[in-house]
Amino acid sequence: MNVEQRYRYLYKPIVFAACLVPAVLLSLGTVGVLLQSSGSAGAAANALASILGPDPVAKLLHSCGKTALNLILITLLVTPVRQLTGFTHLVRLRRMLGLFAFFYAALHFTIYIVLDRGMDWHSIVKDITKRPYITIGFTALVILIPLALTSTNRMMRRLGRRWQKLHRLIYVTAILGVWHYYWQVKRDVRLPLLYAFMLALLLGYRLVKEWRARRRLPSKPRVGPSLRPSESD
Amino acid sequence: MKKLPGGILPSQITPREVFLDRRSLLTGALASGAAAFLPAVHAENGSPLPRLTCTLNSKYSVREQPTSYEYVTGYNNFYEFGTDKGDPKENAGTLRPKPWSVTIAGEAEKTGTFNLEDILRPHPLEERIYRLRCVEAWSMVIPWVGFPLGDLIKRFSPTSRAKYVEFTTLYDTRQMPGERYPILSWPYIEGLRMDEAMNPLTLMVVGLYGSVLPNQDGAPLRLVVPWKYGFKGIKSIVKITFTQAQPRNTWAVATPNEYGFYANVNPHVDHPRWSQATERVIGKGLFARQPTLMFNGYENEVAYLYRGMDLRRYF
Repeated sequence: MNVEQRYRYLYKPIVFAACLVPAVLLSLGTVGVLLQSSGSAGAAANALASILGPDPVAKLLHSCGKTALNLILITLLVTPVRQLTGFTHLVRLRRMLGLFAFFYAALHFTIYIVLDRGMDWHSIVKDITKRPYITIGFTALVILIPLALTSTNRMMRRLGRRWQKLHRLIYVTAILGVWHYYWQVKRDVRLPLLYAFMLALLLGYRLVKEWRARRRLPSKPRVGPSLRPSESD
Repeated sequence: MKKLPGGILPSQITPREVFLDRRSLLTGALASGAAAFLPAVHAENGSPLPRLTCTLNSKYSVREQPTSYEYVTGYNNFYEFGTDKGDPKENAGTLRPKPWSVTIAGEAEKTGTFNLEDILRPHPLEERIYRLRCVEAWSMVIPWVGFPLGDLIKRFSPTSRAKYVEFTTLYDTRQMPGERYPILSWPYIEGLRMDEAMNPLTLMVVGLYGSVLPNQDGAPLRLVVPWKYGFKGIKSIVKITFTQAQPRNTWAVATPNEYGFYANVNPHVDHPRWSQATERVIGKGLFARQPTLMFNGYENEVAYLYRGMDLRRYF
């Protein structure tokens, strides 16, 4: 198999399956809890329900949010790893990782709407407008929508250079997402701070790279007749 | 010894709520007479801990189905053993609840350090099935075993200067490894106003589900105040102090805009970051959200304590 084929038939399916693991586990847990509630609490139902534990709605909500955040950080890891290791083909996995991040973020929001708030729209609107950590979480999700919609090859071609500019919004989502997590935690902020640290590394890498590139090429050829003597001859 | 006008000792005055409630006290006495021979209804045979002799106090028990023993003992907050709700069960094995002593200090006629056995000896144990509402918007129903805090307080004859009762948890980083991390200021402190402490609902707890308290639920002695958020229910108590000044309870010190001294369950006063109008009932599945009740459903018993107070300000 050449690189192209290895990605298509091997790496991509593996990453796809790995990204689905949390969703499959949470679905099995949900089935278990539903079976228990319907009265048919067999050993199998109990075993499945134990995936979600005593507070299933909180577990579903937090697991989806955490998985979305993990995938956003992994997506941001692709470029540095590519550049540092030379595995340039890794970029072929990035779209899938980003779309799964969106999938889990959307699931997180849906669980919040349906199970946590019980579709009580009054309290949902109040949450989003009045509670800052929910406002920023919601903003992070909204930003992901245009990125997901423009993730197709066709949109990439159509947007050209603007595509990359647009997709830099992932940095904003990542910052808001980690901030949302940090603010949501009651007291023990060690894990949110670890996320913030990892994000700082990922964004810091890009800043340093950008800064170096600018310094190394101070006399980058500017477009203008005076700098193009060969043409004026 | 300070005497009130007329030569009456402060400790001899009938607590206000008992006086106001004298009719129900009579019926309560009749009911408890009838209940005296009943064993704990909600005994858990799966508990590895010794059984306790106690009688169900049905007057102060709710009718709801108790949360399973597994969840009551496997899902709770006890930051001294870690901040995850599974951590206490996992890590509380390092606590040695025996031997245990409790210091009684402050504005009382009798003070000193006592063996736990001596503290407990005079008090007959009752089983009471209480609602528990966590400030994190989840709830349980728990069959506790204990006795009224008021009965204990009377034995130590607090003086008229005792306006509050302050409780302190054990501070020992070897027994409580979570205290090595400055997530909260250790040791954990909680407190009640004297009239709250004397309310007959306020319970000193030594067991649950008919057996001795597991370490992770606050062995060997903890407080349960069913109309307040769960964090008021301080665990593994080593000190009880009668004070003139309002105790600086740990969560209110840590985040004063989010947690107050009173911490009464109140569906109309939201936590700054989430609504308190509803709660997730643990163990009731995916659609277990129910409305939260004023004072957690104990309004008839405790509303008089806060008459005229702005509960938005004193949250």
